[in-house]
Amino acid sequence: MSRLQTILDSDQFYAFRRSPVAMVSAAVASLLILATVLAPLIAPTNPFDPSSLNLMNGFTPPMQPNAFTGESFLMGTDDQGRDVFSTILYGMRISLFVGVAAVLFAMVLGIILGLLSGYFGGWTETIIMRTADVQLTFPSILLAMLIFGIAKGVTPVEYRDQMAIWVLILAIGLSDWVQFARVVRGATLVEKNKDYVAAARIIGQSPLTIMLRHILPNVLSPVLVIATISLALAIIAEATLSFLGVGAPPTQPSLGTLIRIGQGFLFSGEWWILFFPACTLLALALSVNLLGDWLRDVLNPRLK
Amino acid sequence: MTDPVLSIRNLTVEIPTRHGVFKPVEHVTYDLHPGEIRGVVGESGAGKSMTGNAVIGLLDPPAHVSEGEVWLNSRRIDALDAEDKRRIRGKEIGMIFQDPLTSLNPLFTVGEQLVETIQLHLGLSASEAKKRAIALLDRVSIPDPAERFNQYPHQFSGGMRQRVVIALALCTEPSVLIADEPTTALDVSVQAQVLDLIKELAKERQVGVILVTHDMGVIADTTDTVTVMYSGHVVESGTTDQILGAPTHDYTKSLIAAVPRPHTKVERFPMVSYGDRVSTFKIDDLAAHWTKTDLSKSGKLVEVENITKTFLQKGAILPSHRQYFTAVDQVSFDIRDGEVFGLVGESGSGKSTVARMIGTLYPVDGGRVIFDGEDVTAMGADALQGYRRQIQMIFQDPFSSLNPRMKVGDLVAEPIHHHKILPKADIGPRVRELLDWVGLAKDAWRKYPHEFSGGQRQRICIARALATQPRFLICDEPTSALDVSIQAQILNILKDLQDHLGLTMLFISHDLPVVRQMCDRVGVMRQGKLVEVQETDKLFNAPQHPYTQELLDLMPRLKQLA
Repeated sequence: MSRLQTILDSDQFYAFRRSPVAMVSAAVASLLILATVLAPLIAPTNPFDPSSLNLMNGFTPPMQPNAFTGESFLMGTDDQGRDVFSTILYGMRISLFVGVAAVLFAMVLGIILGLLSGYFGGWTETIIMRTADVQLTFPSILLAMLIFGIAKGVTPVEYRDQMAIWVLILAIGLSDWVQFARVVRGATLVEKNKDYVAAARIIGQSPLTIMLRHILPNVLSPVLVIATISLALAIIAEATLSFLGVGAPPTQPSLGTLIRIGQGFLFSGEWWILFFPACTLLALALSVNLLGDWLRDVLNPRLK
Repeated sequence: MTDPVLSIRNLTVEIPTRHGVFKPVEHVTYDLHPGEIRGVVGESGAGKSMTGNAVIGLLDPPAHVSEGEVWLNSRRIDALDAEDKRRIRGKEIGMIFQDPLTSLNPLFTVGEQLVETIQLHLGLSASEAKKRAIALLDRVSIPDPAERFNQYPHQFSGGMRQRVVIALALCTEPSVLIADEPTTALDVSVQAQVLDLIKELAKERQVGVILVTHDMGVIADTTDTVTVMYSGHVVESGTTDQILGAPTHDYTKSLIAAVPRPHTKVERFPMVSYGDRVSTFKIDDLAAHWTKTDLSKSGKLVEVENITKTFLQKGAILPSHRQYFTAVDQVSFDIRDGEVFGLVGESGSGKSTVARMIGTLYPVDGGRVIFDGEDVTAMGADALQGYRRQIQMIFQDPFSSLNPRMKVGDLVAEPIHHHKILPKADIGPRVRELLDWVGLAKDAWRKYPHEFSGGQRQRICIARALATQPRFLICDEPTSALDVSIQAQILNILKDLQDHLGLTMLFISHDLPVVRQMCDRVGVMRQGKLVEVQETDKLFNAPQHPYTQELLDLMPRLKQLA
């Protein structure tokens, strides 16, 4: 109870209540995330169960009864007769899972490398940070495609579809660690010269203890900001890869896969197959991104 | 008496916050006459600077003047609009800030900045303005003013820059000068020159000066009148002699009592309690717990032999092209059992570097540090752990020396955990005892450092330093970031520790009166070299080295003090 009270009383929460953008973004993001988690309960059909599909339902426009079966769908159906609303709910699951997992991966990698290079300096720093510089010269989507291509080459054909999601996470995560490492390194350089680190060294604590126990908790707030903004970017990156056909396979469609499938029908009049997944992606990425922007302003008062 | 040039009447500043209206300045009233230097003293947060900012209309929104009047040369200026205030600022009121580095624009030459200001406010031609600027630089004792005119701020030293700032403040012949901690960032020798200059100029040009400072030495040497502020209120105003010699208000009394005297040594600083500042320090049961009071074999606990430290100044791939800076050059001294050894010197003299080498924070580049007969510089990892258990350090800045993300109890427990001094179950009670010893409340261990004031944080640091029951304590400017009354409390705690536990200490400070009060012997450092080591009394009464004599001459006299 007192902890909740502390949160409700904090300056951050006060700033949150004063910012309409933050409140709306948080509401939209939570709604979408909640819908994703509860997808099996909310979705009218299970798009992964071929037995529940009826080809006769194909190309049903939204909110109109199908000419043959008389069934009606909130957001219409695609060419296979799959309910677009259900595929979006399940697709968002994959998009969010890949996004969150990729950001976590990039974050852990970036924090470790950033702490090491910031704390030790010298050759450790040179090697890590120059690698980061080199990586930044590649467009990250290109890098992700490269990693995806290599991974696809080395996995046996029968596992490809199963592995696709994990490879996607690896590819996006590896192309994203640089900014975490850079921010953590910068913050570490500041923190390691403060006297509390000197006090820990005088006791005789090891570099590992000092980094994890003392420095890490003090460099986490910028990391939190980047993680939020990166989440939006990772969701978009996943959608881009899937749209290009190198991401989530059609059997496990993410929002990007749905958009790729939908764009084929746009000019033949079946606009809803593209429109609804695209709007969902926009709402998801935008709300998370705005939330990240707001967080950055709150945690870094100097930027105001 | 002449009419006051600046008159502040009943001034109140309000800052609306989400927790209600906060009044950093409340009903402040004082006058300033031509040629008068009025010191404004008080602790940090007392509203000294805020008053000055309110006078010149430089309050950061949402802070605003809610009540009161400000009269400049019989003209009311607090109600003027922003444009008129801007015109007064710089022309009729000059300003000098604490940090001379940030008061000057690094992209323009000193001359350009002076000429721009002169032309803007006085409307002179370029050549006239230049002539005037050079004359001003000459007046503030800048050598070769014509040549210096074309140089950039970074080509000037700290003290020179502050003179340029004074020239800049005076170039429009203002009738009032507001100097906000003008010498706090400067060394003593430079401070004395800058203050002398301000004194001369005030008399010569009949400028009224408001000198905001926390340093009683500056007040005693420079000002004619003093206004004492406490939490937004003026508690006492009067001539300098009267305030320092016969203060009437309790707060002023406690403040004056807490100022370390340079000429006589006191046993303890007298504690005149005012407000909530009561020390509850109990030391008696601490000694019973102390196990490590055994004496060293030779009578000398720490021996420093020719230690040297160089820092890389300019890196290069070829070793022959690298440039090094020698921060500490062949320094030798020893510290006897139970002694407080002082190291004094100006900033950059290498005293902190010595402390950090003894504390194993910097590797020693040459020479040896010997602790109780053992060479620390030759110790392996295991022996070093044993050494580190016996030494502890207290740092200057109590805000950066505590990890803000850890609770106070965990902070103090950390050394005990690390050296496995106590079984787990006993750590909590020991931590609470330690916090109690340094005079903190019973529930302090549950809080985070940001919930404490600077003085309380320094007490937490002391508790942490005592946690391993060390034999040797390194204090690196332990009170220079604290207000004078808090400083007295912390110094009393250190004195108590020394008396009851026989703790050996290395005490580093730039403040000579503090060193006089604390130390048995003192070493004087200058540019990385130890120039003199002497018993404290002998050093202060009969300094041998010319540099020591110079330092002692610059020490504020404080002869008016009661």
